[in-house]
Amino acid sequence: MTQVMSGAGHHVDASTLLLQASSVTMRFGGLTAVNNVSLDVHAGEIVGLIGPNGAGKTTFFNCLTGLYKPTSGEVRFAGELLPPKPRLVVRAGMARTFQNIRLFHNMTALENVMVGMYSRTKTNAIDAVFRLPRHRREELASTERARELLDFVGLSSAADMLSRNLPYGDQRRLEIARALATDPKLLLLDEPTAGMNPQETRQAEELIFKIRDLGLAVLVIEHDMRFIFNLCDRVCCLVRGEVLVEGVGEVVQNDPRVIEAYIGAPAEPPADVPPPTAEPPASEAGKGSADA
Amino acid sequence: MRVIISDETKVRFRYPARAVGIVGAVLMIVSIFLPWSYGSGALDDVGFYGAPSPLQFAFVVLPVLILLLLAIPLVGKQRLGQWAKTVAWNTSAKTASLATLATVLIGLAAIAIELKGLVNIDVGGFTALVGALLAAVATPFLPDSPEPTLARVKSPTWLQILGIVLMMAGVLFAAAFALNQTDAGAFLTFVAFLVGVVLVLRQLGVMAWIGIAGANNNRVLVLAAFATAFAFPFTQNGSDANMSIASQVLIFAAAALGLNIVVGLVGLLDLGYIAFLGAGAFTAAILSESAFSTLDFHPPFIVVVLISGTVASLLGLLIGAPTLRVSGDYLAIVTLAFGEIFRITMNNLDGNDGPNLTNGSNGIPGIPDLEFLGFNFGDAHVIFGVDIGRFANYYWLMLLVIALIIVVFMNLNYSRIGRGWVAIREDELAAEAMGVNTFALKLLAFAGGAFLAGVAGAVKAHHDVSVTPDQYVFLESAFLLAAVVLGGMGTVVGVLIGATILKLLPEKLRFFSDYRLLLFGLLMVVMMQFRPEGIVADERRQMEFHDEDEELAEEIEEELISHHAHLNPERRGFDL
Repeated sequence: MTQVMSGAGHHVDASTLLLQASSVTMRFGGLTAVNNVSLDVHAGEIVGLIGPNGAGKTTFFNCLTGLYKPTSGEVRFAGELLPPKPRLVVRAGMARTFQNIRLFHNMTALENVMVGMYSRTKTNAIDAVFRLPRHRREELASTERARELLDFVGLSSAADMLSRNLPYGDQRRLEIARALATDPKLLLLDEPTAGMNPQETRQAEELIFKIRDLGLAVLVIEHDMRFIFNLCDRVCCLVRGEVLVEGVGEVVQNDPRVIEAYIGAPAEPPADVPPPTAEPPASEAGKGSADA
Repeated sequence: MRVIISDETKVRFRYPARAVGIVGAVLMIVSIFLPWSYGSGALDDVGFYGAPSPLQFAFVVLPVLILLLLAIPLVGKQRLGQWAKTVAWNTSAKTASLATLATVLIGLAAIAIELKGLVNIDVGGFTALVGALLAAVATPFLPDSPEPTLARVKSPTWLQILGIVLMMAGVLFAAAFALNQTDAGAFLTFVAFLVGVVLVLRQLGVMAWIGIAGANNNRVLVLAAFATAFAFPFTQNGSDANMSIASQVLIFAAAALGLNIVVGLVGLLDLGYIAFLGAGAFTAAILSESAFSTLDFHPPFIVVVLISGTVASLLGLLIGAPTLRVSGDYLAIVTLAFGEIFRITMNNLDGNDGPNLTNGSNGIPGIPDLEFLGFNFGDAHVIFGVDIGRFANYYWLMLLVIALIIVVFMNLNYSRIGRGWVAIREDELAAEAMGVNTFALKLLAFAGGAFLAGVAGAVKAHHDVSVTPDQYVFLESAFLLAAVVLGGMGTVVGVLIGATILKLLPEKLRFFSDYRLLLFGLLMVVMMQFRPEGIVADERRQMEFHDEDEELAEEIEEELISHHAHLNPERRGFDL
């Protein structure tokens, strides 16, 4: 399956810094959804981004992928400053999936993946109208590559199905295939296992490992803790738009502040101190706009 | 219109129902040999004993179909063998009966209205009515047939090609016959008959079979379609009236195909599209040899066509660049305003303030006919003993233009560009996030669609002889949009059908012209209720409108898969 990514030819070197987000802040009016968040992702690494609902994870994703222009801070990719335009971010080598699946519903699975190749192909209107050699060449190559990618995520039999008719889990996998079609160096997955049963989650886990083995780095938002600590080399926990703790799985997993943020403080403290709420209300609005 | 009759009732009454249905069909067949009306002023003179009119001859096809559908199963299931299940005998008979009843009612209504009074209906008319009623009442009591499997019957290539050719011959005959009906009642009756025949063929599975045959023999289908369209003027015996309508239909269809890129593929609502047709027409008029032309530059027509298209697409860029940042309703409002600005500007470029380009509301009359290599489009000539008039020449020219437009449309649709367009229609944000340059693609659609309309406009200027601003009002934009929506957004065949309906009906139903808009409003409401995807559904879009209907969804999906299996993906589009 390695030939899938042969075009990319990445040299996996863990020391290469791919994504470098420094002091990213995103404000919506008076609300600070993401506050001074810095995060590095190296080549070939799987990094998890966790945090309670409304912590600003998706907003942070949108800042990275150019959907939002951060209020302050900068995002560098492979040393270059990223322009705040989604399609230029894709060109630079970063592709994403969406929390609420956003496929092109009335296109077939194959066509969906081929749309992902848009930024890596050059056929223009003249080529297409006159069926010039470039059109033929690229069309054949992209069809073949799209089929390989569908095969890679295990959807080869669904190539000619309309994507809206695919089962839920397949739609998630198709979104990943579409993102892979942009030939990324870093894949950003926004809750790839939301709504999946344990078996599907395990399949998703295997798929992400397979993607890592191709030499891609993966940044993944997830709520499923077992999933994230199985999968990730490093985990970063966001709470109320700020980085609470970052490090290898065990460190984050056992950090009392993380446990507190998710399930509240243990009962030991004096009774007159009210326990912190599990869901920080202040960031609710930020979450809402991030999903919009 | 589903009459609820329980299955037990159907089984109990199946023999009497079949008998009554057969009697009804026979009555209708007999009726064409009887006079339908007193006097000759209605339909195309149906007042004779023993001498059916052409319309009656056409009509009898439906009762004969009913008779066959009801009578053939009488030989018994054993002898029918696999055909018992291949054809939906009973259900098709039911559809045919209801369609026949509708046709008879419309025909009789036409007689009553045109000869002023029901008393003018003669014995034949009543016989037909009784027969149609008997059949329509009896056939719903027949047990439902299973889904026909005709489409899945393996057939040799020669048979498929024969089927395509026969269908095209039928289309040609029907089009010629319909256009030759000068009488509105006869025209409507014939249209009702045609709709009935199409419904029955669909119910029988013949349509699906032809569809698969067409997919298997793509080139044969396309060639046959163009040969049919090409042959059409030969059926008209030099009648300029009908050929004028036909060439207008083609010009309208060409513009609608351009609009189809913008609306059908990219999903942008453009309500001012007629301005691009107008821009092309005005450019061609100004550059023509007309005595009223305002520029002293008269290049050959080939160059004029390119300039017209370019001017139109420049206008498209001009309006698109600032406005394509808004979408949905806002874009519709902006383009609507643009269409009006175009018309008013053309009205005001009369030299009073600013340059004189268009002679204001007088426009540019006296545009001479086209001339290619010494051949003047205004000259009538004789080919194979048939008179070919001026409009037939323009008809053939437009046919060529439409063929080119279809090639452009299809080739763009099945390419990287087309996929980008549809992706924008489906989810613009996701398209952008997958690397699609949405703004540039939308602009390209605007400019490209405008170019096609500009080319059509250039021919229109010579075809119409004069170009005036008041031909390019908002209503025309609305009609173009209606043609796209009615026919089926994103399809070629659908838009051609939609354009034909919207241009042909008003020409043939002149007596109805006061209620034209009412009729179209009604038509659109009915369409949106019963078939929102348009007459011909885009395979990508069909699902969108019938989400709740699981059974249909599966059925279409199956159809699509089998359809795709027949299509060679590299074969899509045309080679130049």
